[in-house]
This record gives sequence, C-alpha cells and structure tokens, in this order.
Amino acid sequence: MSKEEKKVNRRDFLFTASYTVGAVGVGAVIWPMIDQMNPDKAQQALATTEVDISSIEPGKSITVLWRGKPIFIKKRTSEEIAEARAVKLDDLPDPQKDEDRVKEGKDEWLVMLGVCTHLGCVPLKDKGDFNGWFCPCHGSHYDVSGRIRKGPAPTNMEIPKFEFVDSNTIKIG
Amino acid sequence: MSEHEYTPKSKAGKWFNDRLPLLTLGAHLTDYPTPKNLNYWWTFGGILTFCLITQIVTGIVLAMHYVAHADLAFASVEHIMRDVNYGWLIRYIHSNGASMFFLAVYIHIFRSLFYGSYKSPREVIWIIGLMIYLLMMAAAFMGYVLPWGQMSFWGATVITNLFSAIPLVGDSITTWLWGAYSVDNPTLNRFFSLHYLIPFLILGLVVLHIWALHVPGNNNPVGIDIKKPSKDTVPFHPYITIKDAFALLVFMIIFAGFVFFTPNVLGHSDNYIPANPLVTPAHIVPEWYLLPFYAILRSVPDKLGGVILMFSAIFILFVLPWLDTSKVRSAVFRPIYRQFFWILVIDVLMLGYVGAMPAEGIYLVLARVGTIYYFLHFIVVMPVVGFLEKTDPIPMSISEPVLTGGAEPSLARKVNDKV
Repeated sequence: MSKEEKKVNRRDFLFTASYTVGAVGVGAVIWPMIDQMNPDKAQQALATTEVDISSIEPGKSITVLWRGKPIFIKKRTSEEIAEARAVKLDDLPDPQKDEDRVKEGKDEWLVMLGVCTHLGCVPLKDKGDFNGWFCPCHGSHYDVSGRIRKGPAPTNMEIPKFEFVDSNTIKIG
Repeated sequence: MSEHEYTPKSKAGKWFNDRLPLLTLGAHLTDYPTPKNLNYWWTFGGILTFCLITQIVTGIVLAMHYVAHADLAFASVEHIMRDVNYGWLIRYIHSNGASMFFLAVYIHIFRSLFYGSYKSPREVIWIIGLMIYLLMMAAAFMGYVLPWGQMSFWGATVITNLFSAIPLVGDSITTWLWGAYSVDNPTLNRFFSLHYLIPFLILGLVVLHIWALHVPGNNNPVGIDIKKPSKDTVPFHPYITIKDAFALLVFMIIFAGFVFFTPNVLGHSDNYIPANPLVTPAHIVPEWYLLPFYAILRSVPDKLGGVILMFSAIFILFVLPWLDTSKVRSAVFRPIYRQFFWILVIDVLMLGYVGAMPAEGIYLVLARVGTIYYFLHFIVVMPVVGFLEKTDPIPMSISEPVLTGGAEPSLARKVNDKV
C-alpha cells in the first residue's frame, strides 16, 4: 500500500515539473510574439526633435510633429500668462498650477502635446469657452495653459519632456 | 446528427465515404428537416453566408493591388479605383458589402430577439453568433483604416484611444496596439494583417454556428419544439434553398443598387482626404453600423465610464439567454414583450441617429435616454416581463392552427390560403 502511494507521488512530481517547464517554454515563446508589437528601434529613434522658435511672435503658436503627434509651441503674451495664473485651482478638474506647466524664467513658452486627453483628437487653437483650445470631436474645452476646463477629457494636455538648447531652440523628448 | 444511415449509390462514392464521410454530411445538409413555417426573416443566414464569401473573394483581389504602407496606401486605393481593371467595381462591392453584411446581421439578430431563438436549447448558437458579430466589428473597423484617409486615421486614433481609459496599463496597451507613439505605419501594417485574418476566423465560427444549429434544429415563428422529421418539417433542399435563393436575389438587387448608383452614400467624404496627423476633421463619425455604440460612448460624461458602458452594451447580449425568464420563445404569443421588443428596435435606431449628430443639446439628452432604456430593457424588462406576462395559448404543433382553427387566427389563415 505504502509502495503504491509512493509511486503516485513520484508521478505527481513529474507531472508538476513537466507542466512547469512547459509553461516556462510557452511563455518564452509567447513573449516575443507579444513584444514584437511594441514600438521598434526605428520608432524609438524618432524620439527627439529640435525646433527653432525664434520666429514665433507673442500670442502666436506653431505646431510641430514629434513621434507622429502634434506638439503645440505657443509664445504667450503677458496678459495670457496673467489670465492663466488668475484661475483658482478649485475651478480645475485636474488641478495644476500654470507655473508647473512651463519652465521657470521662460514663462511665455507653453510647450505641450497637442492631443486631447479624451480620445486623442487634435484640439483647435483660439477656440472654446476659455480662450485656449477646443476639441471638436467630443467637446472638451482647454484654457490658455492647456488645462481641461469643461468636457469629457479627464486630464490637462500633457507637457512632454523638453529643454531649451539655447534661447532660440528647444529640444523635445 | 442524421436519423437514418446514408449509403452512396456508386461504388466509388461508397469507397470514398467509408474513408471520409463527406457524402453523409452532404446528405445530412440536403435532407436536414426544417420547420415548414419558416418565414423570410429566416433567410438571412444564407444571405450572411453570401456576404462573407463576397467579402473574402473581393478582399483577396483587393489585397493583390493594395499597399499597406502609410505613404502609399491612399495612392494605392486610388490606383485601384482608377487604373486596375474593374478595380472600382471590386472595391465598391467590398466597401458596400461591409454595410450590407451589417444590415443583414442586424436583421438576423433582431429576428432572433423577436422569436426567442437565443433561448434554451440554442444558447451556444447565440453566443457563437455574437462572437462572429464582434469579429465582424473588428474586421470592419480595421478595414476602414486601410485606405488611410482622414476618417481612417482619426477613427483609428479615437478607437485605439478607448483602451487608454484602462487604469494604470492603458497607455502601455495603446502604445502596444500602435507599435509607435501614435497611429502610424506599424499600426496600418498590423491592421492589414489582422483584417486579412479575421474573415477566416469568422468562417470557422460560421461552421460551428451551423453545426450548433443542426443539433437542436431551427427555431421557427411559432417557437415550439417540433418532432423531426414529421408533418411539421420539410427537407432543407429544395424547399428552403429555393426560398433562400429568392430572398438572396432581392438582397442582391438592393446591394447592386448601392454599388452602382450610390456607392459612397454610406461612407464619409472626408475619407477621400489623405490622412493628416496634424488636423482632426471637424466632425468624426464611425461607419453607420457602429453608431448606436458610439452614441452610448458619448452619452457618458466620463472617459472610463463611457468606454465601460459601450463594451457592456455588447457583452450584456452574451447573458441574454439567462436574463430572459419567459418559457415561451416566440413574441407572437407574448403580447407585452412584443411591445417592448419594438421599443428596443426604435431605441437602437434612435441611438444610431444621435450617434451621427454632434454630442450636444437635445442629441445628448436623447443619447442618455436611449442608453438608459437599452440597459433597462435587458436588465429589468426581460426578467420581469418573463415572470409577470400572461402569454397567449401556444399551438401543440405547427400544423395545428390549420387543422383546428388555431390559437393564432392570422397564422391559420395564412396557411389556409396555400391550401
């Protein structure tokens, strides 16, 4: 009787060990099949863009393409900055100070991903109820700091990683 | 499956059939006892099979001329339209064929809802059918992206962004779906690959759908169980095949009407503008067959909530056989449910209409009312009506209304006319 029990245990061990090795093997094959769909090296290589901003007039903005997405670069007037900073944080669905959305000392430059945080459309400039941007797809209103004020978008328009290479050039990414 | 053994007449046939019983299968499909009272709403299974084959054949041809690259796709579609011999015809059949496919599938689904075809013992047929429907939506969405016009690009952007609503991993999933940091060439490439694959998955599921159907046999307008074969059944061939063929002919006339006279009426003119990642069209709408779900998505003022509700609107159908508490299948004998059925039809049509309109003002109100009713219908109306409703008397057999004067006078009269 005890001999038989021992046999069963030994077989159980073999089953478990086989299943485990099998599962690791299957996982090792499946992961490359999944990961091949992630952005490849060629896509990642496009990760930085340098932009000349010397010709932008105050109050105007340009749109550049970075990683296939539009980046809004706006040189704000002092009135627009004052307007953005006068907003109470309690009025914002996604509270964030205007100061935290720009580089210190370069307060006039708003550099942000021109992508609505709802479902990814490109908002239109100088439209909407808050003097900023308006997304035509599902009606999200952004203010002059690119913060969501009204509509279905959950968060403010994203600020990408960027730096000033010199006073006339910024590097995005 | 078959009640009597089949033996091929020829010696060669017998030799082959002993090794692979394909001829037995053929005989089963030919003799398959079918309820004799099937009406024209039952012809859409055959019509849908025709639609699937049409899409596969035209699709394979289009793939011989199409180039799945972000820089070349739009031009290659115009090349098909202008240069390829009969390319315009094949593409218009394919693009309108998608719409006709959905038109037929919606009639097929509502037929099932009216006559209770999803109920025991046909739950598995219903669930396989819904899986086919889901794959159809995926195939249609990806196919719409391939011409790489403005609607292609922004439709793809909006739909893939639905996944970014998932907490924590949403953005990683979206990037993974794109294979880039936005909808771009890698996205187009994989959509083409999957668009080519899905119809064959559907074909496999269609085989299972029919197999599962042939186990209990067809439901019928009276919705009662029948003995097979019996006085209540006719062989599938030639009785049902000829009826299916006639309905298919009428369907093809409508289909040809779209293809030859208004090939672009169901599409959106913005898709004849090449994709531009810097400019979103002023008014993004999906293809008409997805509009009710789009209306549900937009009716919720919260991103994640809208996405959850939209997917729920489809997945709730999977548990429908267990939400419906009525023992009676056909709405012909369910005076209360019958009225709610038509309210649901109107509700879904209204959702489709407001889905095409801007999400503001009265349209937003209607979308919200429509969404609430849609869910109420399945979660509250179906279980409750099933319990409370006093159903009309049900005939014992399909032939009974003729022989006895019948419980349903209109039905009896119809059959009498034939005699």
